[in-house]
Amino acid sequence: MHDGDFSNPTSLGSREKSRRSLERPLCHIYEVHVDSDKQLLKTPLHQWHIDHHGRMVEFAGWSMPVQYTSIIDEHLQTRNSIGMFDVSHMGRLYFSGTRVAEFLDGLTTRRVAGVDTGKIRYSLMTNESGGILDDVLVYHLPDLNGEPFYMMVVNASNRAKIVTWLNERKSGTDIQIDDRTEASAMIAVQGPLANDAVKELSDFDPDSLAYYTGTTTRICGKEAILSRTGYTGEDGCEIMTGGEDAQLIWDEVFKLAAAKGGGAAGLAARDTLRLEAGMPLYGHELNEATNPAQTDLKFAIQMKGREFVGRSSIAEARKNSELWIRTGLELEGRRAAREDCKVFQGEQEVGVVTSGSYTPTLQKSISMAYIHPEYREPGTALSVDIRGKLHKATVVQIPFYQRPV
Amino acid sequence: MTPEELIFAETHEWAHIAEQDGEKIATIGISANAVEALTDLVYMDLPAAGTAVTAGDSFGEVESVKATSELYSPMNGEIVEVNTSLPDNLEILNSDPYGEGWIIKVKVSGDTPENLMDYAAYQKQCDEAH
Repeated sequence: MHDGDFSNPTSLGSREKSRRSLERPLCHIYEVHVDSDKQLLKTPLHQWHIDHHGRMVEFAGWSMPVQYTSIIDEHLQTRNSIGMFDVSHMGRLYFSGTRVAEFLDGLTTRRVAGVDTGKIRYSLMTNESGGILDDVLVYHLPDLNGEPFYMMVVNASNRAKIVTWLNERKSGTDIQIDDRTEASAMIAVQGPLANDAVKELSDFDPDSLAYYTGTTTRICGKEAILSRTGYTGEDGCEIMTGGEDAQLIWDEVFKLAAAKGGGAAGLAARDTLRLEAGMPLYGHELNEATNPAQTDLKFAIQMKGREFVGRSSIAEARKNSELWIRTGLELEGRRAAREDCKVFQGEQEVGVVTSGSYTPTLQKSISMAYIHPEYREPGTALSVDIRGKLHKATVVQIPFYQRPV
Repeated sequence: MTPEELIFAETHEWAHIAEQDGEKIATIGISANAVEALTDLVYMDLPAAGTAVTAGDSFGEVESVKATSELYSPMNGEIVEVNTSLPDNLEILNSDPYGEGWIIKVKVSGDTPENLMDYAAYQKQCDEAH
């Protein structure tokens, strides 16, 4: 889960867009802001990024580091040691009230009610017609006193929309929604050595958490939510803390990370890491024109014995054998297919690319695409139109990369 | 070549013009600033010799992990030579962008476009962008 620029809505099933020329000269690389006129939100770690040569770009209204050194180095560092990501732009919403679980359960594709304390669930939120409003993590965790609470992490680009959506649906309940995004911070510490570093600073050992569980503890003596979650395909954890404590925790983790060959990584490496791990990115693989039935995220959709907004549209879409489904492609050569490239079998258009890159760990050109169900069997030979030239591609399983066990 | 001997386009390509057998031949590449800003180059798509190029129009593309960028010709003319070894050795763009990292040579037709800058003016543009 992560955010991207919100793409134009595409029609359900076809997701077709007119081919547009690249229209991106070398000078676009200078679209890096220093002092833009626009008021951008800044994370509590903003000055650190500037001091460490972070290339700051506007991202969903925030000033964020896209990279510090090289994307490839930051990517490989995360795969081999530790990558530290400031993901404070992600929306953090806290819920209170008597029937929070029931409330959220009616708005998410995956069950919330009855989920044990300590668990974190990846889920989709859909509108009445089944369009994906966001992909979210729902946390049901104990606080420092062991009292359970619910919170949700949403994409930065969707935060305002989701807060409005939730507020419009809570009337008649005593539910309160506290958006603490701008007063707090979130740090992802990812990689095979990530938990080794964090455990030295934390009252709670992240290795003792099962995957996709979390707790409230103290890190560097400061109250923090610690979860074994991430968006890179690596082991590791994420830390949520008050804005005033973020720099201290970042600095202490950074010292340990640097000693283990790790370091900070920007949004660009986060994107190539999540792509290799086959994780969808809102605005690319997911948007309001896409139905959950198309996403190949079956684990995140629980229909039986539940009622939630969008459910009937998902049931309907599952019966439609023409809907294009999220699928992995591997291309020949080093050229990357980017979003909107059309996919063909022979003369017939059978899909469209939503993300693609030549990725550092696999050293292959890989793409996620939405493909007609008849043409998405692994091994199927297809071709991708990259700015007017057809390139050979093969359907492969997602995820493209799995960490060694 | 040193950058002071070159002229630059706003879009970060450079050109060096030399007389050869009575023809004006422009050697064209991309600036060190562009290479540094792109980082992580993985692919370059180049045209064949004999292709006509128009000043301000794309003649190829360079791809980094993050994005794909067009390469614009600073000159009008016809491509007479392509640095075909470059796509397999993109690191040359880091080590020698103004020499071994040349991309195409163009037999120039007409005058040199007026919007090209000397190195000092180009550097000023880059500094102001930062």
